Amino acid sequence: MAGGGTKSHKLVSYAKYGYMFILPFFLVYGFFMIWPFINTVLLSFKGNGSKVNEWVGFQNYSWLLFGDKSGGRFATGKVHHDAFFDGFGTTVILWAGNFIIQIVLSLLLAVWFSDVRIKIKGTGFFKVVMYLPNIIMAASVAAMFLMIFSNTKYGVINSLAINNGWIKDPIPFMSNKWMVRVIVMFIQAWLWFGNTMLLLLSGIFGIDPSIYEAAAIDGSSGSSTFFRITMPILKPIFLYVVVTSLIGGLQMFDIPYLMHTGNDPNDYLNTVATYIYKHFHKFNNFGFSAAASILLFIVTVLLGMIVMRFNTDATAPKKQRKK
Amino acid sequence: MADSYNQSSSAYKRMIMTHSIIRFIVCVLLSVICLLPIIIILMNGTRSSASIIANGFSIVPGNALSDNWAKLTDPDKGPFSAVYNVWLGYRNSLFISLAATGVAVLFSGLTAYGLTVYHFKLRNFATTFILAVLMIPTQVVSAGFLDFMIKIGWVDNYLPLILPAIASPSTVFFMLQYMRSSFPLDIVEAARIDGSGEVRTFVQIALPILKPAFAVQAIFMFVGNWNNYYTPSIILLSNKLEQRTMSMMIQSVVANDKNIDYGVQYLAIGMSVLPVIIIYLILSKFIVKGIALGAVKG
Repeated sequence: MAGGGTKSHKLVSYAKYGYMFILPFFLVYGFFMIWPFINTVLLSFKGNGSKVNEWVGFQNYSWLLFGDKSGGRFATGKVHHDAFFDGFGTTVILWAGNFIIQIVLSLLLAVWFSDVRIKIKGTGFFKVVMYLPNIIMAASVAAMFLMIFSNTKYGVINSLAINNGWIKDPIPFMSNKWMVRVIVMFIQAWLWFGNTMLLLLSGIFGIDPSIYEAAAIDGSSGSSTFFRITMPILKPIFLYVVVTSLIGGLQMFDIPYLMHTGNDPNDYLNTVATYIYKHFHKFNNFGFSAAASILLFIVTVLLGMIVMRFNTDATAPKKQRKK
Repeated sequence: MADSYNQSSSAYKRMIMTHSIIRFIVCVLLSVICLLPIIIILMNGTRSSASIIANGFSIVPGNALSDNWAKLTDPDKGPFSAVYNVWLGYRNSLFISLAATGVAVLFSGLTAYGLTVYHFKLRNFATTFILAVLMIPTQVVSAGFLDFMIKIGWVDNYLPLILPAIASPSTVFFMLQYMRSSFPLDIVEAARIDGSGEVRTFVQIALPILKPAFAVQAIFMFVGNWNNYYTPSIILLSNKLEQRTMSMMIQSVVANDKNIDYGVQYLAIGMSVLPVIIIYLILSKFIVKGIALGAVKG
């Protein structure tokens, strides 16, 4: 890298330009990320609603994590504790369901599209179409599927099924806990499988084709080539995809929050992010919201550290390949 | 011998053919699943509410487009123009997205250039810092962010939607990787010998070389900002129509369950996806390649 440059790079006189060039980034990052982060930490130790300036210590955290032991079933602490853990559970369920569909599809397609023996016609077209959902705005996607899976008999699916005599009464997609969750999983997978497929595909194309030739000459079958060659080499990219998707999934907000008509979000789709959003945006409960944010942040950092570890593993063979 | 060879070879060919056809069919099915919801939305936007109530599923256009359009845009004919204005939506979303994309690629290029070309004490620390914060999502700071913006009076203002883009760690990371693989440092040296100042070298020599990386990142930044619902809905607290982004308008059209007019609602949603789809199809080859590029480098 730059370290291999000539000595004149190290002349002190140029260092100030380095600081000058990176200064805007760090000023803006400090103003819009670091200070808001510190502010969030401060808010998490303060009260809620009108008591936003009162210092409450770890109360928000202890209520979120352990509930309010003194107050019985309807105590504020208990309500928030339940909502928070419920949100966490829902987030993980929604993420896992979507990810299973997504990863199976995108792995399969990536392997197919990179297969040199069995060519598929129109690969370029398929890639373009499969990535298409990813560029549509979440608000429109949610609105689209709300119209398609509407509870009323005028929704696209219900009207199709009723007109063909498959069912008599409209299916209440949106008010059934599991149906609405499965729909959200489907939407998330629909949005992201093209993107994941292209990421995996670029990983597969990075594999030296001569390895495959050698395997074919040695009589390796399609499945053993996949499990013994493609997967081990793809492992770093694969893990990267899993963990970045999980981190992204933990912040899942748009689709679960927007999947509703009327003014109130669907209760079966409360995620951690919608909990945070609702409490600082609608109910003015900055304390709970901030404490939940910090807890989410801690989980994200732990996962991020795993990514960093795999990331350094992943770059080592990559650099060799370039030479 | 030759016979059996021919036989096995034709069996092999047949196997290849069958597999290829099966895979083709699966791909066609998946493409249909990707396209169908969008097609239904666009088609239903051209149909009258009455015909949608009779049959919600259609993949051919109807004849009520101009009618729906009038109801969507004319305050005398429908309630929708109070919450949804397609031109204002485009204008606001376009303005925010273009401005954010512009500052993001420019300043990310500047930052990556500074970290690659110059040697200074904090260089490694700065690089590590940017890599470390790559994964931190804006959601976890948003409570503190909104509180801060309220205190300095920046709510209902586009500045907090545009300025944070100056510090986009993922764009910087991408630029860093790109510069390391395809930016010759000697060229900076040569420019210095020729008497070019540092800023001029960046503008006239580095920027043209970095153009491909800029283009890829610009597209993703633009799409990300255009589609963003979260930040605008936090910052634009008063939810004034003339300030709303397209995402926020769509949300209000759907949230409105008192004045239901299916055709008009479908048209409103369709108008929000159509321009992006058209631009995507024009640039698709480039975008699909860009994702792969980003992945290999990052």
